[in-house]
Amino acid sequence: MMKISFTINKKPTTVEVDGNTPLLWVVRDVLDLKGTKFGCGKAACGACTLHVDGEAIRSCSYAVKFVEGKEVTTIEGLGNADNLHPVQQAWIEEIVPQCGYCQIGFMMATAAMLEKIPQPTDEDIDNNIVNICRCGTHYRMRKAIHRAAEIKNQSPQNQTS
Amino acid sequence: MSKDKKKKSFSRRKFLVRSAVGVGVLFGAGYLSKPLWQRALAGLANTLEPPYSGTGITPPLWFEVRADNQIILYSPKVEMGQGTFTGLAQIAADELEVTTDQIKVVHAPSDSGNVDALSTGGSLSIATLWTPLRELAATMREMLKLEGAKLLATTPDKVEVANASISSNGKSLTYGEIAAQVSGWEIPDTPELKPPTERKEVGKGVPRVDLREKVLGAPIFGMDATMPDMLYGAVVRPDRIGATFKGADVSKAENMPGVVKIVQEPDFVGVIAQSRMEAENAKNAIQAEWETDRNWTSAEIKEMIKVGEGSPTTIQKKGRASRILNNEEDVISAEFESPIGAHAQLEPNGSVASVEGNQATLMISTQVVKITREEVAKRLGFKPEQVNIIPTYLGGGFGRRLHTPNAVQAAVLSKAVGKPVKCFFNRKEEFQNDTFRPPTHHIMKAKLTEAGKIKAIEHNLSSGDVMFGSPMFPAVAQSLLGADVGAWRGGMIQYGAIPNYKAVSWRVKLPFATSWWRSLGLLANTFAIETFIDELALKAGKDPVQFRLEHIQDDERGFRLKEVIKAASEKAGYKDEVVNGRAMGFACSTDANTPCAQVVEVSMENDRIKVHKVTCVIDPGMAVNPDQVRAQCEGAIIMGLSAAMYEKMEVVDGKLAPTIYGPYQMALMRDTPKDIDVVILENAEDPGPVGEPPLGPIGAAIANAAFRLTGERLRKMPFEG
Repeated sequence: MMKISFTINKKPTTVEVDGNTPLLWVVRDVLDLKGTKFGCGKAACGACTLHVDGEAIRSCSYAVKFVEGKEVTTIEGLGNADNLHPVQQAWIEEIVPQCGYCQIGFMMATAAMLEKIPQPTDEDIDNNIVNICRCGTHYRMRKAIHRAAEIKNQSPQNQTS
Repeated sequence: MSKDKKKKSFSRRKFLVRSAVGVGVLFGAGYLSKPLWQRALAGLANTLEPPYSGTGITPPLWFEVRADNQIILYSPKVEMGQGTFTGLAQIAADELEVTTDQIKVVHAPSDSGNVDALSTGGSLSIATLWTPLRELAATMREMLKLEGAKLLATTPDKVEVANASISSNGKSLTYGEIAAQVSGWEIPDTPELKPPTERKEVGKGVPRVDLREKVLGAPIFGMDATMPDMLYGAVVRPDRIGATFKGADVSKAENMPGVVKIVQEPDFVGVIAQSRMEAENAKNAIQAEWETDRNWTSAEIKEMIKVGEGSPTTIQKKGRASRILNNEEDVISAEFESPIGAHAQLEPNGSVASVEGNQATLMISTQVVKITREEVAKRLGFKPEQVNIIPTYLGGGFGRRLHTPNAVQAAVLSKAVGKPVKCFFNRKEEFQNDTFRPPTHHIMKAKLTEAGKIKAIEHNLSSGDVMFGSPMFPAVAQSLLGADVGAWRGGMIQYGAIPNYKAVSWRVKLPFATSWWRSLGLLANTFAIETFIDELALKAGKDPVQFRLEHIQDDERGFRLKEVIKAASEKAGYKDEVVNGRAMGFACSTDANTPCAQVVEVSMENDRIKVHKVTCVIDPGMAVNPDQVRAQCEGAIIMGLSAAMYEKMEVVDGKLAPTIYGPYQMALMRDTPKDIDVVILENAEDPGPVGEPPLGPIGAAIANAAFRLTGERLRKMPFEG
């Protein structure tokens, strides 16, 4: 057991767990933030994607000890009902989710990509968004990603969030 | 005949009545031989949409009107992404005189008394609830009118209903204000339903009712469920096919950190720990002993799945197809294959179970609330009423949650430890203990006339079980039908103008579980038949679209199929020629009563097929929510493309493999078409199935397009695997 301190959605927190526990289970079961999903446990599907210091990380295969002193952002911190992130706004406009289970990971991966590539081409999307979706929402996701870029670029207040 | 007249003379209601009469006549006709009535039953099963059946027969079991005027709709159907909650809200809204967003749809727990008699599946939720739910909602509205009139000191015929309020003489009460004062509802006769012209919500592409929860990451799935003082369970599952549990050495696991209890049962061993990882680690330390009689291989499975092996049942027959095809010359034939398919839904199976005294409660993603409840009750020695199943949103269903024995294990663990236990599969266990889409083998044979028309055609299909062995259907129904309705879904010849045709289904029982996978046999059967039809069209020297139209009969089914074919061809600008390195492929199918035609546009890039565009025309009869019909088409096309092009399970040294995404290759963003154009035709009065029918044509359409670029026929799914 070890103590690990980091910020989660801008709130400082300290957990006392086995340092090798995947970050995913700490987020879900210790911090009770259930938005981040378990899909495969081997970083193969992307359902567990969240941000560590702004980078998209597959948290099922990322030991919690590595977030010491870092900033972790989950879907719950990306946006909320009153203040949607452009990616969430675009996902709503395009009515993307079906079952919805993988969508959190896709949205987190998209939000991280847009910080680096504000106006992604189709090829950028193909190369960077490589999560698994079984319902087949890819067609709407692609539209939503382009739309999210548009919303984000129009709204200066979101550019630094 | 005008289109309107056409619509009228073929209403679903008449059709259902006709079918029901048909069954009665059949059973009454003792002189029919077994093959004949099995074939007749198969014909019915091919088109019949069974009426809704469940315990929710009064409006108060479906609707709760809250004081703040929000209406809660308790759904016995589960939401697994197919959009049913949204459609149900729209259907109820119109009769209740409210807007869709005034209704919140939730899953009905089994102790609510509103339990579906069978399952959520078969693309039947909207189709079968369409009439019952309108009747229930209209009756609920009348009940509110009745009570509202009393409170306003008038009679129901003198009140006006609008915007979730009842008013009379300038005084008005909201539904919520009325409901708050009702202690017992009086239930009147079912009123007349609204005519189509007065529908406001049905027919509109309103946003999904679960959209915001899903975009905000709300804890709505089975895997997000928690209960107070909950512990974490893990069950040792076999990795070998046909493994029987013999016992386990748990000595190492007992002393692992966080372990609370090890539970040894006659048929499984499980561990309960303080956290998910501790439960997983302890499980991995258990030395379970399994007995297997042999180490199966893919080659052995392939040998079993062969037309000619197992038992055949003729599911369709007209004229003398066999005689012509066995005796005449110039018979064209081709063989097709499809692999074992995994469901690969993102949320693994599992549940949170709490067994306390003589009461069990489970929160679970399940498509079979009633069966889950019965199985848990049986294992615990309870009555079904002592088990409450609280369904959650499903992180994908696709048929994977039509059997949930994992619920039984979670309940056993909870009972053993006296606390709630959350127990889920890991991904390897999901891949190795799936209820797979069975592999198939098909032999197509046909003979053309000199004029280039099909004189005779025959489809022989070999498949593992889909319906057989499913807890959803009693064994007697299974043996009555003879052939596996699930396996041969889409396996009948849909071209009724061909004078001689026959379809035969060969049943093979495989050594691992095969079962319902979205659209069942439709994808593989349509792949075989529609690739072959394309081949015949070219042999006959005809345009593939025209060739299909020439072979469709002049009745209602034929009319609707021809309409989708013509519309798809026109919308896509179908041409049987290669332009700028791109070719088009055409295919169509009729699943249940929903015809669908698709045109794909592909190119070859580095010797790999690239699908650029799919045009999809579907006729679900009527679309309750056109946007969600489109979403289901897009999703079915991508899921079908993924299965047809990439997905394949193998049997290696007695184990099913692979056990992880990636090696189990699925379509990624880069593989999915950038353009999917969905057109909806509405050539019937009532809504029919949507979720599965558009999975039919995609495999064949891609194969037909690729042939035009490579000159090689693709006869084996997956194409790129």
